[in-house]
Amino acid sequence: MSANTIATAAPGAILGASAVKTGAVSTSFYDDYAVRNFTIMAVVWGVVGMLMGVVIASQLAFPELNLGISWTSFGRLRPLHTNLVIFAFGGCALFATSYYVVQRTSQTRLRFPLLSRYTFWGYQAVIVAAIITLPLGYTSGKEYAELEWPIDILLLIVWVMYGTVFFGTIAARKVKHIYVANWFYGAFILVVAILHIVNSMAIPAEIFKSYSVYAGVQDAMIQWWYGHNAVGFFLTAGFLGMMYYFVPKQAERPVYSYRLSIVHFWGLIFTYMWAGSHHLHYTALPDWTQSVGMVLSLILLAPSWGGMINGMMTMSGAWHKLRDDPILRFLIVSLSFYGMSTFEGPMMAIKTVNALSHYTDWTIGHVHSGALGWVGFITMGSIYFLVPRLYGLKQMYSKKAIEIHFWLATIGVVLYITAMWISGITAGLMWGAINDDGTLTYTFVEGVKAAHPFYIIRMLGGLLYLGGMVIMLWNVLKTASLGQPVRVAIPASHAHHVHA
Amino acid sequence: MDITDLRILATLATFVTFVGVWVWAWSKKNKRDFDEAARLPFEGEE
Repeated sequence: MSANTIATAAPGAILGASAVKTGAVSTSFYDDYAVRNFTIMAVVWGVVGMLMGVVIASQLAFPELNLGISWTSFGRLRPLHTNLVIFAFGGCALFATSYYVVQRTSQTRLRFPLLSRYTFWGYQAVIVAAIITLPLGYTSGKEYAELEWPIDILLLIVWVMYGTVFFGTIAARKVKHIYVANWFYGAFILVVAILHIVNSMAIPAEIFKSYSVYAGVQDAMIQWWYGHNAVGFFLTAGFLGMMYYFVPKQAERPVYSYRLSIVHFWGLIFTYMWAGSHHLHYTALPDWTQSVGMVLSLILLAPSWGGMINGMMTMSGAWHKLRDDPILRFLIVSLSFYGMSTFEGPMMAIKTVNALSHYTDWTIGHVHSGALGWVGFITMGSIYFLVPRLYGLKQMYSKKAIEIHFWLATIGVVLYITAMWISGITAGLMWGAINDDGTLTYTFVEGVKAAHPFYIIRMLGGLLYLGGMVIMLWNVLKTASLGQPVRVAIPASHAHHVHA
Repeated sequence: MDITDLRILATLATFVTFVGVWVWAWSKKNKRDFDEAARLPFEGEE
């Protein structure tokens, strides 16, 4: 989007120059109220959530930091950390970018603008409720689905409004095609609704206490069907929607292969659903169910790498841009982490590998390679693209600050995941070591002692990553206060694309 | 026919559908449409 499609919001201001130039009368503008708010809050919650991550990483290295207070103990702050980074930081970024992308690629205004505002305030209310209830110890005990039933219901209402706005906008599109990014966003919205409803089925006992309707191993399987597809559709499909819009935009060339993107989409959709049982290897889950999860996880490598290659190859002929464009660097490095973690994941799903990795820090390293490297970087790159455009500017306040953020974040991730690899594999080997007489070679606490230095390295890595995010917040606020919210005219020059 | 046959059929149908998507995506007939779709993020630019 060039600057001449931007019109100021000031009273009496003229319409976007492009509309005037083509001789068409543009009477409508994109609705970016929710886009702007969600973008800013994504950065704010990013800082808070990552700070919480550094706090609990420090607690693991130095347990005294639990402070002896139940509210600030690891067990309560850990779910707060995951909820804040996944749902507050990641979620706000998904809301913001999906609302932005669906309008631009459908060349129409957001449908039900009022509902889009409600989704913003409703979603913030869910986040605030999480911040209050989790430290108080209210939890349903399901990983990544800890929030109790009243908050679950609020989230469901917000999500139905979100789907109404998003799919309503698609239905009102002025172009023939539904751009691939919208397919990914659409799948994310639809599947997260299904996952949330099925896994949150519970019988309320009190206002903040409920019991799952499932029991035993079925409960575990439902939970990890949910958990893995939260990774697959919240943390993957949604952010692939970002990838398919912002990588081409920042690289200034269309995606490498649109056909590959279609196969990428359907490959992920057909496969992800069945991989969840790899979280339950060597448990009470029937052996064949574990094997199905393992095989489907291995197949998942193909669509994942297809998508990664598609994003990477979009750069072909433009690789030199990486030298002086830190935003593009964020986007492309995120794809390398996507490739790395989607190789690592299937490998860890192999039962024999899982026998070593399960319950160790290797899993934590794997998750953060995906979360910090892939999800974090693609989000940061996309937000750096968005913010100047939302405030009528050509670029961010400080490009130098983006550079510094990039390097802090990169070094932070690398420290984090290498520390967890070493600590995890060490623990796995120590737990499995057996003397000639069949007794364990190491006591559990010896494994904990071996992990200690790596917990400190992990804490430092997290601190660097957080530092980068604080710089981003400063840069974003500076940019926002330098510019002003603008209304962007919907281009009217492509009427021939209008479908019946 | 018992439930297992149904499951086998569902799995096969899924696989055939996926191969169908693949064929459809690569068919020459659709190439122009997809190239046009790939330009969507750039529509409305100078």
